[in-house]
Amino acid sequence: MGFDTAYEAIAEESGDQRWAFGTGFSGPLTGVDTAVPAGVAGADLAAYCLMLGDDALIMSHRLQEWLARAPELEEETALANIALDLLGQAQLLLARAGQADGSGRSEDDFAFGRAEREFRNVVLTEVTDADFGGLIARLLVFSTWRLALLDRLRSARDPVLAAVAAKGVKEVAYHRDYAAQWLLRLAGGTEYSRGRMVAGLAAVAPLVAELFSCTEVERGLAAAQVAVDPASLRAEYDSVIASVLDLARLAWPDAPGLAGATVERGAAGLRGAVGERGRDGVHTEAMGDLLAELQSVARAYPGGTW
Amino acid sequence: MTADQPSDQGRSDWPLFEVFLRSKRGLNHVHVGSLHAADAQMALHHARDLYTRRNEGVSIWVVAAADITASSPDEKDPFFAPSGDKVYRHPTFYDIPDSVPHI
Repeated sequence: MGFDTAYEAIAEESGDQRWAFGTGFSGPLTGVDTAVPAGVAGADLAAYCLMLGDDALIMSHRLQEWLARAPELEEETALANIALDLLGQAQLLLARAGQADGSGRSEDDFAFGRAEREFRNVVLTEVTDADFGGLIARLLVFSTWRLALLDRLRSARDPVLAAVAAKGVKEVAYHRDYAAQWLLRLAGGTEYSRGRMVAGLAAVAPLVAELFSCTEVERGLAAAQVAVDPASLRAEYDSVIASVLDLARLAWPDAPGLAGATVERGAAGLRGAVGERGRDGVHTEAMGDLLAELQSVARAYPGGTW
Repeated sequence: MTADQPSDQGRSDWPLFEVFLRSKRGLNHVHVGSLHAADAQMALHHARDLYTRRNEGVSIWVVAAADITASSPDEKDPFFAPSGDKVYRHPTFYDIPDSVPHI
């Protein structure tokens, strides 16, 4: 066997489909019906896709900021992989939003052409990480929550959401495992590393409640079996986090909640006038910096292609 | 250095692991490279993140490089040269009867 590299020896030949070293790729939406399901308002479906898509896009961007800053080269690749998984989910979800609302906007239009108030991601995804321990705490919370969500979304009545969820479940299961493994290592390492992990958990604790509050759009779509009511994820989330913390012999920090912010939705009449959190387009200061970076090239060279 | 400062010691001390992958149709694991990790479990995760990003593998082995006993280039002649002229070790000196298939 005269292979020049080890990769050549293990790559599969499949004619024109061959791509780089690996083979057997297939798109997650191959053969999926993209019509908006009967009885569902396109605008609602689009709004829901933006919520889930923005969560993935903004979390992905924060993860990308770790590249060239991670503690080890191997961890850098791991974080890049996770960021890329989430970016792929964002791409599909934002494109679906453009389909569902009838505007035909692409994922790029949504990512690079919206103002801060139009982003629907939860605040947890946009905050900066003080250190690696902070990142691990945030990633564990985010992926535990998102895995529970995507797991239920697999049976959604919208075939596109179901397909995106089916793809995402396998990805996010690994993200959760990655974060849990590191939490255990940091908690069981030195006094210093354990202290950083405790500080990381304390930093994300006030942001958790928002993950389980339900917007009107979600409530309506959940009734139509197109979306998942986030409140229904709480039990699974709590039990997963508890089992990880139990192994690490850590306790969940007491979270007083953000001062002045209420996570329960107000009366319907207040929506739009007084948004409370990320799902309503109200973000923290960190979001402005993030978007300035994320959109800088698209704004400097509108419509530019490479 | 005060007690609550992280120590840089340990950072470069992660041992080297060798990574072996088996592809979907491959019969055996093939050496593809190496990486640093704190232990075997982390090495397995790193191998997944570094060496299977392009759909290369369905199974991974990681072995601590220190656990591999390798032949030395200095021993090449005493190790391998003596087998170079012993063609009769190949089973090609038999007449195979027509009634024996699949050999």
